[in-house]
Amino acid sequence: MSTSLEEVFVKTRLENRAALIAYIPAGFPSVEGCKRVIEVLAQSGVDALEIGFPYSDPVMDGPTIQEAAGIALQAGTGAAEVFETVKYAHDAGLATVVMTYWNPIEKFGVEAFAREMANNGGSGVVTPDLTIEESAQWKAATKTFGVNTIYVVAPSTKGERLAQVTAQCSGFVYAASLMGVTGARSTISSGAHDLVTRIRATTSMPIAVGLGVSTREQARDVASFADGVIVGSAFIKIILEAKDEDSALGEVKHLAQELAVGVREGR
Amino acid sequence: MTSTQNTSELPAPIGHFGPYGGRFVPEALIGALEELDAAHQSAMVDPVFQAELSHLHATYTGRPSIITEALRFSEHAGGARILLKREDLNHTGSHKINNVLGQALLTKRMGKKRVIAETGAGQHGVAAATAAALFGLECVVYMGEEDTRRQSLNVARMKILGAEVIPVTAGSRTLKDAINEAMRDWVTNVDSTHYILGTVAGPHPFPTMVRDFHKIIGEEARAQVLELVGRLPDAVLACIGGGSNAIGIFHEFIPDSNVRLIGFEAGGDGVETGRHAATITGGSPGVLHGTRSYVLQDANGQTVESHSISAGLDYPGVGPEHAYLHDIGRAEYRAITDKQAMEAFDLLSKTEGIIPAIESAHALAGAMIVGKELGPEAVLLINLSGRGDKDVETAAHYFGIPL
Repeated sequence: MSTSLEEVFVKTRLENRAALIAYIPAGFPSVEGCKRVIEVLAQSGVDALEIGFPYSDPVMDGPTIQEAAGIALQAGTGAAEVFETVKYAHDAGLATVVMTYWNPIEKFGVEAFAREMANNGGSGVVTPDLTIEESAQWKAATKTFGVNTIYVVAPSTKGERLAQVTAQCSGFVYAASLMGVTGARSTISSGAHDLVTRIRATTSMPIAVGLGVSTREQARDVASFADGVIVGSAFIKIILEAKDEDSALGEVKHLAQELAVGVREGR
Repeated sequence: MTSTQNTSELPAPIGHFGPYGGRFVPEALIGALEELDAAHQSAMVDPVFQAELSHLHATYTGRPSIITEALRFSEHAGGARILLKREDLNHTGSHKINNVLGQALLTKRMGKKRVIAETGAGQHGVAAATAAALFGLECVVYMGEEDTRRQSLNVARMKILGAEVIPVTAGSRTLKDAINEAMRDWVTNVDSTHYILGTVAGPHPFPTMVRDFHKIIGEEARAQVLELVGRLPDAVLACIGGGSNAIGIFHEFIPDSNVRLIGFEAGGDGVETGRHAATITGGSPGVLHGTRSYVLQDANGQTVESHSISAGLDYPGVGPEHAYLHDIGRAEYRAITDKQAMEAFDLLSKTEGIIPAIESAHALAGAMIVGKELGPEAVLLINLSGRGDKDVETAAHYFGIPL
């Protein structure tokens, strides 16, 4: 049986476009506020959602997501709220994955985490600090419950290593566009295109590009060579800087619609 | 199996100590860790590298460090013979120089021009800045804002040595957050930069490599104690934050099954108060900063902030080899409160004329307890990992001495 995430990429390939994937941490700006953002994203052309499990030591995240995760943690967001949000997004019609550092999974229980993902309609999990060498238990658990395993590869991932990592991916391969942490950038590094080309040589799996994308123009550029465009910090920045929730939701809607146009203009 | 490689198979875990250790890092860092692992392994068997490091230790660090018998302090430790391994007499004032000189040589070997480091008490940062000055490397040190205040003298020392010190304002603003920020820098600048991690934690090869650069402490001390006493010590004692000085002095004694190895963690206000940094005593297995070990964490796997009067021990993780030595029963780990550590700090100063680092004072407080347990026949070897000059302000404040 295929996951909702896999179905999204079947659909977008038929439509000859890239998928738009949005990221937001669970519990940000609050558990209920996060649901309202998700509702807006689902109605504004977003194909899939990445829900962040807020973590105390996010070494792959820049200041914007760190701040959002901090707000979510202050409010006591934990595994229960993450799964509640997954279910909400799934019910809103979005293919949903969780992005989490490894320790929250290990603490929750590796098998139990995969089971709860499946029980709440989640398609897969992005694990930015889980190396393939440490993945045996996770691979077994996700196989049992039909959950996609999404690993992140970087411009520095080369040769045989790249093939080894992409062989462990299901759902899609997460290509980090640059060497660095999450956060909006004014330009998308040329390394992203090169990395996607190198990944294609190893797998037929869809490839989504993340890190740095924040505008319609960038989404269009990335959509010309990738199967998915991931946008996180740009949405979060809007919410952090908005004067109230209504204006935040309005701006999130506007950005999502612009990006949705961008991913359709790429080819 | 066919003759073509099956990429769907998972590669075997590496750098494990039982269930601990390994690598939990962004894929972006794997290339650099593999390069470092290869450089470390080739250097360990390269006589030229070893000769260069030995020469530096003999002419720059001041090795071998001496053993001092603490006769008057012994009266407060059940009369046991107290032998201090004087890492405080090393250049820069602590054991940290052993590791940074080794890693600086490896940096040169890898052709990198920039080094970054995290620091808590500032001892590792000062050591890294020193090595960078010596080798002409650009050096950036990340230090929690809270620690830059507690250890302002060391901040000035690093700047005098030519390093840039970046205060970290995220999270608890201590060592844990300085490591996060250093890892973010490394992910971004990995081509040009080597991360001189200061303790036996982090992803493989750091726990093994940092141990290899510190094991000289135990190698020297074992021979020195045999020479002085004519037998091995009954116990080897060290303070433990991340665990580098402890693994350094323990390692040579691991095969000596009659020698007890005892690590003293920072108990802060007391482990029962929750305000402590006693990771093995009060934590549970988990993953932090790229390695699986004991971690102070909550039910959701979030790291819990640690507390200690000693900035150098104020860390909610611990090296994976210590976690393993604990689980197999080869080493013991106990907690020492701030109060016990400060009593020992005061006592060593007044009985021996040696002001210890507050970190090392935790091991001295441990010696007072273990000495009373074992009695006057016992021989205790204690790693005096650093000197207390940097702690004068903290101690003056603690004891109410006007400045």
